[in-house]
Amino acid sequence: MIRTEELLLNVGPQHPSTHGVFRIVVKLDGEVITEATPVMGYLHRGTEKIAENLNFTQIIPYTDRMDYVSAMTNNYVLVHAVETMMGLEVPLRAEFLRLIVMELQRVASHLVWWGTYLLDIGAMSPFLYAFRDREIIIDLFNELCGARLTYNYMRVGGVKWDAPPGWMDKVRDFIPYMEKKLEEYDKLVSGNEIFLARIKGIGKYDAATAIDYGLSGANLRCTGVDWDLRKAEPYSLYSQFEFDVPLGQNGDCYDRYRIRLEEIRQSLRILKQAVPQFPEDGETMGKVPRVIRPPAGETYVRIESPRGEIGCHIVSKGKAEPYRLKFRRPSFVNLQILPKLLVGETMTNLITILGGVDIVVGEVDC
Amino acid sequence: MPPWLNESLTWGNALVLFLWAVVFLFIVLGFVTYAIYFERKVIGWMQQRVGPNRVGPLGLFQTVADIFKLLIKEDTIPSKADRLLFIIAPALAYIPAFSVLAVLPYTQNLYFADLNVGLLYYVALSGISTLGIVLGGWASNNKYALLGGMRSAAQMISYEVPLVISVVGVILLSGSLNLRDIVAAQDGGWFWNWNFLPQIIGFVVFVIAAVSELNRTPFDLPEAESELVAGYHVEYSGFRFAFFMLSEYVYVYAIAALTTVLFLGGWHAPVPFLDFVPGIVWFLLKFAFIVFFLFWIRATFPRIRVDQLMGLGWKVLLPVSLLNIFLTAAYLELFIKR
Amino acid sequence: MSEEQKNKEKALTDSEGASPVDPEREAKLKAAAEARAARAAAKEKADAEAAEAAPPEPKPPSPKQPELDAIVALIRQQAADDAVEDAYVNELNGDMPTVIVKNDHWRSVSQLLKHNEQLQFNYLRNVSGVDYESHMEVVYHMVSLGSKREAAIKVKTERDGASVYSATPVWATANWNEREIFDLLGIDFPGHPDMRRIMMPDDWVGHPLRKDYEPLDSEV
Repeated sequence: MIRTEELLLNVGPQHPSTHGVFRIVVKLDGEVITEATPVMGYLHRGTEKIAENLNFTQIIPYTDRMDYVSAMTNNYVLVHAVETMMGLEVPLRAEFLRLIVMELQRVASHLVWWGTYLLDIGAMSPFLYAFRDREIIIDLFNELCGARLTYNYMRVGGVKWDAPPGWMDKVRDFIPYMEKKLEEYDKLVSGNEIFLARIKGIGKYDAATAIDYGLSGANLRCTGVDWDLRKAEPYSLYSQFEFDVPLGQNGDCYDRYRIRLEEIRQSLRILKQAVPQFPEDGETMGKVPRVIRPPAGETYVRIESPRGEIGCHIVSKGKAEPYRLKFRRPSFVNLQILPKLLVGETMTNLITILGGVDIVVGEVDC
Repeated sequence: MPPWLNESLTWGNALVLFLWAVVFLFIVLGFVTYAIYFERKVIGWMQQRVGPNRVGPLGLFQTVADIFKLLIKEDTIPSKADRLLFIIAPALAYIPAFSVLAVLPYTQNLYFADLNVGLLYYVALSGISTLGIVLGGWASNNKYALLGGMRSAAQMISYEVPLVISVVGVILLSGSLNLRDIVAAQDGGWFWNWNFLPQIIGFVVFVIAAVSELNRTPFDLPEAESELVAGYHVEYSGFRFAFFMLSEYVYVYAIAALTTVLFLGGWHAPVPFLDFVPGIVWFLLKFAFIVFFLFWIRATFPRIRVDQLMGLGWKVLLPVSLLNIFLTAAYLELFIKR
Repeated sequence: MSEEQKNKEKALTDSEGASPVDPEREAKLKAAAEARAARAAAKEKADAEAAEAAPPEPKPPSPKQPELDAIVALIRQQAADDAVEDAYVNELNGDMPTVIVKNDHWRSVSQLLKHNEQLQFNYLRNVSGVDYESHMEVVYHMVSLGSKREAAIKVKTERDGASVYSATPVWATANWNEREIFDLLGIDFPGHPDMRRIMMPDDWVGHPLRKDYEPLDSEV
């Protein structure tokens, strides 16, 4: 008789495909996973604790560092929460700027995901193509607010910087460029037999499981659940624009892949409508008290980040600092389903599934 | 060289042979150096970036600098590793890679050993390299390295078989295992006399299996960096790592030359009126095309999964290559009586 | 000025005592004092404005009031008569129906909230823990994906030996959220399948988000 033993393998925290310092302890039988335990906290910076000693404007840069691939949506959820509590009006021009940067950010974030996912699966070139195109968006943001990754752009009641002259034209030019590139992406990757064999039917779950696990974003919509907060509970100006919510049927990695690519197209569609409507002039900061003190009480607001539902729960005692600030981070919640999906899969599929969930470790650990 | 090989072995002859081997080693090292440079430039070009351009003119000395860096690096051996095997493994991977080059003919007159079982010799020796990889993976005492080594063993067993069987058609057509005779059998003046058209099934199977034997994308599972970090050579550094790298590129050289010899007519010109061009030029052109093809694949494809790799090897390539033998044999029996 | 700020100021002046002659530092302190004065003035003004602006007439009832009443009635009827401690509409949060459920009844109420055909709060969006210094609170934000109705459910517990029955058997998504609350606030969740620390190291002492938590190095 051959005697076999289980192999306990530490995937991470230093591993090329865990997208940061994330760790999974897997028990392997040959290459088949019998048990998977995610371990996190390596990037835990105590944002929520730090925030209790800062006023709201000071917290905004900390939100940049949670989901550092999509800092604009993080900015928005915090300022939106404070605005909801204080009942502040945001000038139309500022709100348009916010919406445009958030949609650009969604495109940039999905591009990072697309590139790194293909890299996980072993294709090298798409990564560079994706970063080439993302670079244009990064440059646009750089011109707008002077930062490439952590923007610190939004403020309670508006945005910090107005769009420089000619900026909106560059956004307008970017839309057809990106649409063309998306076709190129599809030609290169989406029909590749090896790629399809790698992701079709992998990491499957049904709608009931997805809802039970509180998944959001493409992870929820791949099972056919029509739940995009931009449509379901419209915030900002999203109710003014026409766009579709792409849905999957099978709940596998392929559906998640398709949905994310389609979401880039839909974001471009929103941008196409938003750019011409951008107000010629106007304020970029609303009337805001000098010290921002939300009234005593609490609120929970949520928006659709590229990764899913990002929420902000503020408990205020009427001071300039929050009494308690909790972020509902989509990566953290989406990741919970991982141990369930991994059992019975091979080492290779671990990477495919983990990549398909689309996590940012800064957000998982917060 | 051939006369030297056929003479009885004296000290003088041995010295000459040794010197020739050293000369050839440097030629191969030169090839590897610039193959890496070429690969990086080609892939850089395909990925819309520049590639190496800092060390030397056009970055020509980049690989030299890289190799130098590897050589002066500290040689680390993990304390829990199996020391002897850990040290032997890179050499075991490299020596067969270099040995197989002996039987490759470049032109009618430029060749090293004119072995009558040249093809068999190539196939037999190239299998030993995998042993080096498995040993290296096992001796490292690292789980990722072990997984990489086991994958490599599985891959070798699965792909060595279709690789060998796919060339049986070529052997049937030319009636020889001698690589020079195989090239000579393809001499019809026109490119459709080359084996890749009559043996199209065998050619396709051979190319797929060869890429897999090289452990290159999309079959780079033993060192799949996104899954196994670096696979079998995860614990290797410095010149030991360089040896693994070297043997990989020497195999690129060997497979490119072998494909040229077996299927692309070796040194023959594609059309008769281009015969005035020296054979070595044709050989190098075809050879360079194969090398480029390998790099091109690397820039394009994602990696296949390990069970799909096995499925492809056993369920598709093996039956297809067996069918190819049957078809070739039937064709020879029915139409070309000997 | 809050107690905290005073303490800070005290700490500042204390540390200044260590190096009395430092013009740069002095200037900074002076600037800070001026800024504080300005802030205080601004606050007074804002307070006065707020007092002026306060509307005396009672507000019309919230459109979400019937939703809240329905939830409360169902809980009272199906779980226990005294299960609801308090219920109100949270105007700061877009009229979110908020129910404070008694800790003893939370287990049955959570089942009811998810499985009752009228409520069907099948999607638990967020679980947060709050340390109110007088007590601990766990807040569950949930939504019914079908009817898009929302609710916030709060469960209070004592600070010492804080414990709330786990919602993980009902909503799988509560799993890591509860572990995080346990880790950072020290609220235990009996019935949780795998109650361990999640963010902090396993041997960490204390729960950082508690208001009385003493950091290892308060200067950092």
